[in-house]
Amino acid sequence: MANKPIGIEVSLAVAEAVKLCDTDVVAAYPITPQTHIVEHLSELVADGHLDAAYIPVESEHSAMSSCIGSSAAGARTFTATSSQGLALMNEMIYIAPVLRTPIVLAVANRALSAPINIWNDHSDIMSVRDAGWIAVFAENGQEALDLTIMSFRIGEHPEVRLPVSMNIDGFTLSHFIEPILIPEKSQVDAFLPPFETDIKLDLKNPMSMGLLGSPETYTEVKKATDDILLGSQKIIEQVFAEFEKVFGRKYNPVETYRHEDAETIILTMGSISETAMTAVDEMREKGRKVGLVRIRLWRPLPVKQLQAALGKAETVAVVDRHVVMGVPEGPVALEVKSLLYGTPNAPKVCNFILGLGGRDVRRADFKYIAERAQALAKDGQNRFEIVGVYE
Amino acid sequence: MRAADVPYEKITAKTFPKGQDSLASGHRACQGCGEVLALRLLLKALGTDFIAVSATGCMEVCTGTFPQSAWRMPWLHVAFENAAAVASGVESACHVLRKKGKLPDKRFPVVAVAGDGGTADIGLQALSGALERYHRDFIYVCLDNEAYMNTGIQRSSETPFGANTTTSPVGKDSQGQNTWKKNMPAIAAAHGIPYVATASPAFHLDMMNKIRRAAAIEGPAYIHVYAPCPTGWRMKPELAVESSRLVVNSKVFPLYEVLDGHYVMNRKVEKPIPVADYIKPQGRFRHLKQEDIEKIQQRVDLEYDKIVRLSEAFPV
Repeated sequence: MANKPIGIEVSLAVAEAVKLCDTDVVAAYPITPQTHIVEHLSELVADGHLDAAYIPVESEHSAMSSCIGSSAAGARTFTATSSQGLALMNEMIYIAPVLRTPIVLAVANRALSAPINIWNDHSDIMSVRDAGWIAVFAENGQEALDLTIMSFRIGEHPEVRLPVSMNIDGFTLSHFIEPILIPEKSQVDAFLPPFETDIKLDLKNPMSMGLLGSPETYTEVKKATDDILLGSQKIIEQVFAEFEKVFGRKYNPVETYRHEDAETIILTMGSISETAMTAVDEMREKGRKVGLVRIRLWRPLPVKQLQAALGKAETVAVVDRHVVMGVPEGPVALEVKSLLYGTPNAPKVCNFILGLGGRDVRRADFKYIAERAQALAKDGQNRFEIVGVYE
Repeated sequence: MRAADVPYEKITAKTFPKGQDSLASGHRACQGCGEVLALRLLLKALGTDFIAVSATGCMEVCTGTFPQSAWRMPWLHVAFENAAAVASGVESACHVLRKKGKLPDKRFPVVAVAGDGGTADIGLQALSGALERYHRDFIYVCLDNEAYMNTGIQRSSETPFGANTTTSPVGKDSQGQNTWKKNMPAIAAAHGIPYVATASPAFHLDMMNKIRRAAAIEGPAYIHVYAPCPTGWRMKPELAVESSRLVVNSKVFPLYEVLDGHYVMNRKVEKPIPVADYIKPQGRFRHLKQEDIEKIQQRVDLEYDKIVRLSEAFPV
């Protein structure tokens, strides 16, 4: 099995990864397009393939609340959600990192209402970008499975102990059947030790978790959480390296494609990056110096790697899948501008909003934004565009 | 085994648990607080071999400001509306870890504690979900002080008819709270869980034995505790225990249990005192007219009678 990929729906592969990790507790509530993950998990539990408690909670708010309780009790804990579900979890999303509960959350990214829309963009996860979670974005099915396994390893690391969101594009990735290598259980066991923590609800060593933070301590708690999240990048890179040793697949916080001599770099996250690579190839064939940079690790933001990957270009065309209302800039562009600001010969940054609410993102879109970025960069004024709006 | 037949170690005046309290002294509750009294006795009945989960509220705020904590057992506070959901997660985790040999093979309860707002209003959905899912070692205690006291005496759905609160104020067009108290024990019992009980700290052995029984029974338990709040009720601080006696003896808050759907009236009130005598020491009812009190008396008689009849129709 281990040396031969099988055709499997990406959602099911994520569930298989959760099984291979010997997850103890799954608490989840159905929402499209995440449902196939938890449906398969409940099958695995029902058939005795996964020895876990499956808590069929009555809302996403209770899903994350139960996950916090479960993780605080020392159990390896998983849940999945999308869109409105993540929005309903929001209050809990901010609490989990500070309680140091290394929950793994698969988000099948979907647009936020209104209007209600079940299709893909990144507005759900962007609404919780400041909460203190580690966040990774998968490009394809193999990566979704691999990152799920790595998310447990990273989150549960003694120097991290933070929750991790593993993002897959709803439908355009979650519902695709792809050739995926399902690892051997022995490989996963070699890579992922059992979850051990001394920060837990333990009768033998009782501790109080979730105490009130007064003005004298609140700032320190926030600083400590931020320090841990920022410091986690080192561990994440170590885990990527360990993963390569066991499984032979190499992962980086930031991936690049034909970017070395690129005048224009397209910056993406998630599954549209594969389409973007094809578009880059086609543009290269026509002599255009276009490259691609992809953010895999969104939180903590790999500032140095992004500076290095983008710094030599003339123009960066940042693709955002979410509109920050009231600001002429998407969330990724805002951060890319910030990290390039003040660097020598900083590239000009243009920002394109693509693929909202499931609007198809095509090769032609990447060709358009590569050209448009060069034009906008010269203009110096308006460098922001929501692409393909029917007027 | 029927819930009614599950053995448990009863506390009597002679066997009252000695030694330190499970909830340490030195907390920040108001003078004369009936809620913290109830909480202290309930926890003492369980010792420290359990996990406690608190909702945000008076009891959470007054017992745990970092770096201090009054809780001698493992304790977790997450937020306001989700104590039941958090406790669900803790209970499920302990169950599966026990099964996998990662915890000793010995059951212990997970006890969620919340106020009336955290139970009957904002927390009702999470509680309903937890009760319906039938967690094995799950006890939910509602400490009902009949309003949002932690935020400054705002009305909840547990505020009794006629009570003056900061959001059900008495005015030209208002006689205070204009709705009847939500019947939480009945709602809990409607989930078909093995154990529901009401308790009042004036009858402390009854109250402590109820949580012992809840811990012994496998399946979710709900205990609704009357928790007098002298500050919020505009009552003298020395009257909390007296008030929790009068509330039972006036039939306003009957003490009963529901075991697998069978009702037990724990304390039949043969010679009830008038409702007027119960509400008189409480400033929150000061404005009520005779006709309002009569209306309350009628309602109290009806509700009490329902429990009596249920206990006769569906005895254990």
